Amino acid sequence: MKFFKFLLAGTIFGIIMAQSEAMSWYRIQEMFRFQSFHMYGIIGTAVVLGALGVFVIKKFNIKDINGNPIQFEPKEPQWLKSILGGAIFGLGWALSGACPGPIVVNVGFGFTSMLIVLAFAVLGTFSYGYFRDKLPH
Amino acid sequence: MKDFLLNPWPWWFSGGLIAVIMFMMLFFGKSFGFSSNLRTICAMTFGRKIKFFDFDWRENTWNLTFLVGAAIGGFISYAFMHGGSPVEISDATVADLAALGFGAPEGMQPNEVFAWESVMTLKGFLVLAVGGFLVGFGTRYAGGCTSGHAISGLSNLQWPSLVAVIGFFIGGLLMTHVLFPLIY
Repeated sequence: MKFFKFLLAGTIFGIIMAQSEAMSWYRIQEMFRFQSFHMYGIIGTAVVLGALGVFVIKKFNIKDINGNPIQFEPKEPQWLKSILGGAIFGLGWALSGACPGPIVVNVGFGFTSMLIVLAFAVLGTFSYGYFRDKLPH
Repeated sequence: MKDFLLNPWPWWFSGGLIAVIMFMMLFFGKSFGFSSNLRTICAMTFGRKIKFFDFDWRENTWNLTFLVGAAIGGFISYAFMHGGSPVEISDATVADLAALGFGAPEGMQPNEVFAWESVMTLKGFLVLAVGGFLVGFGTRYAGGCTSGHAISGLSNLQWPSLVAVIGFFIGGLLMTHVLFPLIY
């Protein structure tokens, strides 16, 4: 089954979010109050190792499972949408205590009220698509 | 080893494994970015009449599979590993939250926010609804969430990702330090 590897990667991701407590509202509060290194350590370690790995992949032109060179899609170079969208996201992240991945991990963990957060996150994405042409980018 | 894996994981272990997940996705010919799934769900359901959602959602089945896995991972952690023991946040955070009317952690999440008896109040419902809406709107506007921007984007030295992460903190600090005392 060609999707099994993604199911496996997602499962490991969910376990990491839960075992690291990155899915916890408490950890997000602690992060935005600068009262613990925990969340900064998690994200910082991932970024430092990630950047080293991306450098190695580009340097040695490493290929993926299908034999194609690994491609990196550049992010759209628009600062206004990045800062405005980012700030809106940050307001929601601190209010609900969860970003998109952990929302779903929470549902699996048994916090069924996170389905409300998920439903409104879908509605939020829909609203962005609906009003996209009218927003500054 | 077994105790190490069953107890809450330290930051260096968790962060290292997140990098491994990102490399796994790259090796599979895809990328690590969770919030694209929200757009795909719109394309699957009620969004097809809007240009932004008019694409074949089946192309992103791989990422929806990752999403299903994330829920399974949460369940495995609850049932067999972490189990929801109280999160050991710093004393300073416990004190700050007490001033807002939150008790010390008794599990993974505060009952004051996520227990159904809290959600079934107008305020409790609005907190989750507005929070979710802002997350979903903001992530697509910014072009990514914590995984796509903070992890994948920063690892690839993308300056828009750095701007977005600065935005995450502008919003998060405003909510935590200015709006929270008005809400709670």
